Amino acid sequence: MSVVLIDNVHKSFGSVEVLKGVSLTVERGQVVALIGRSGSGKSTLLRCMNGLEPIQSGSIEVAGHKVDQDDKHLRELRKDVGIVFQSYNLFPHLTVGQNIMLSPRITKGLKTAEAKTLAEKVLSQVGLSEKFDAYPDNLSGGQQQRVAIARSLAMQPRLMLFDEVTSALDPELTGEVLAVMEQLAKDGMTMVLVTHEMNFARKVADVTVFMHQGKIWESGPSQEVLTTPRTPELKSFVGVDIK
Amino acid sequence: MMTSFGWAEAFFLVSAVRWTILLTFIAFVGGGILGGIIAILRLSKSAAVRRCTATYIQVIQSIPVLMVLFLSYYGLSLAGLELPPLLAASLSLGIYVSAYLAEIWRGAIEAVPFQQWEASASLALTRGQQYRYVIIPQALRISLPPTVGFLVQLVKNTSIVSVVGFVELSRAGQLVNNATFAPFKIFGVVALVYFLICFPLSRLSRYLERVLHVGRAH
Repeated sequence: MSVVLIDNVHKSFGSVEVLKGVSLTVERGQVVALIGRSGSGKSTLLRCMNGLEPIQSGSIEVAGHKVDQDDKHLRELRKDVGIVFQSYNLFPHLTVGQNIMLSPRITKGLKTAEAKTLAEKVLSQVGLSEKFDAYPDNLSGGQQQRVAIARSLAMQPRLMLFDEVTSALDPELTGEVLAVMEQLAKDGMTMVLVTHEMNFARKVADVTVFMHQGKIWESGPSQEVLTTPRTPELKSFVGVDIK
Repeated sequence: MMTSFGWAEAFFLVSAVRWTILLTFIAFVGGGILGGIIAILRLSKSAAVRRCTATYIQVIQSIPVLMVLFLSYYGLSLAGLELPPLLAASLSLGIYVSAYLAEIWRGAIEAVPFQQWEASASLALTRGQQYRYVIIPQALRISLPPTVGFLVQLVKNTSIVSVVGFVELSRAGQLVNNATFAPFKIFGVVALVYFLICFPLSRLSRYLERVLHVGRAH
């Protein structure tokens, strides 16, 4: 069953067209890596998947929800789709536990005790059980990002989106976040990630999609796409000698 | 007949303080409620609503409070609606407060990083829930120091209502001075009383700024 069905999507910011007819399908349990240069449209495509960016034409269906700009539809969609951002975006006035419990309580009507059990579960999944009562400010970047992942997991999503989630982190903190994501992939979570971590894409992603100038330039099994690129653009992007 | 500045006069002054405080309180609470609503409407998705509230704020900020006061006291009485001085005073000060607080709070709401909107929207919160659980708690923190700063201005600006015959601290000082003609002593006492109210508020504003970590980066 397809979790993501994107069909011929066009998207512009003002007069600049950033997505020029993109189609993509993600099957249940699949991990898809979106790679490409800055400005290639990969983050925009990801953000279109949960309606953060409206599209001009084409259609997107995610986890059984048609993605449009109707507030009610968007909320239903977002109960099933988690997104993690580059800048973590935790709520600084709430503790880690409160960050995680907020939405399950108010959008899904969980009782405090149920929400707490759920929060403890997802927090242990990202290895931060002892940080339940800490404030985001007192955590490292890597820890904050893991809390952000836990916060999304608490919604029990059918799809997780990751938007360059390690780009703001030191190399050593990157590792701890990637490890959490790898475990999620092993547990069968359907994931789409925009990333600059080629090794991670090769190792964890089933499919790698190379975007260039607002189009899907090349895509296929990660190993194949990343080791034997066909187009000169991808060759120069992954640093393979063109001879 | 001249009387000297004694205990009776001092008591008269001090008891007039309660009117200053009461007026400040009514204007601040009333204006605050109105200002809060306007601040949020000012950021509405509807352009028409944004324009209306922006116009309200601009108009009120561009005319002296005194004119609002004259309009609600003399103007309305000409139109047959005679407001008691306390009501006219509270009404005009409340309107004045609402326009300023709306701007302070709008600024505070806009100072919350837009990523907080995105993150909370992505967690399926409605716009109302976003305001209630995510945006306003952070905006309050940002707005507290300037809000308390504005409150200090308000305490002093209540003196303006003496022109419609309302006897608050400043007007009481004038009345006592008319009887005793000891301006230095009397207005010194009046100034001291204002200071005793405002100084702790200023300190509170500074303290809040420190404990609420205003301006820390996220």
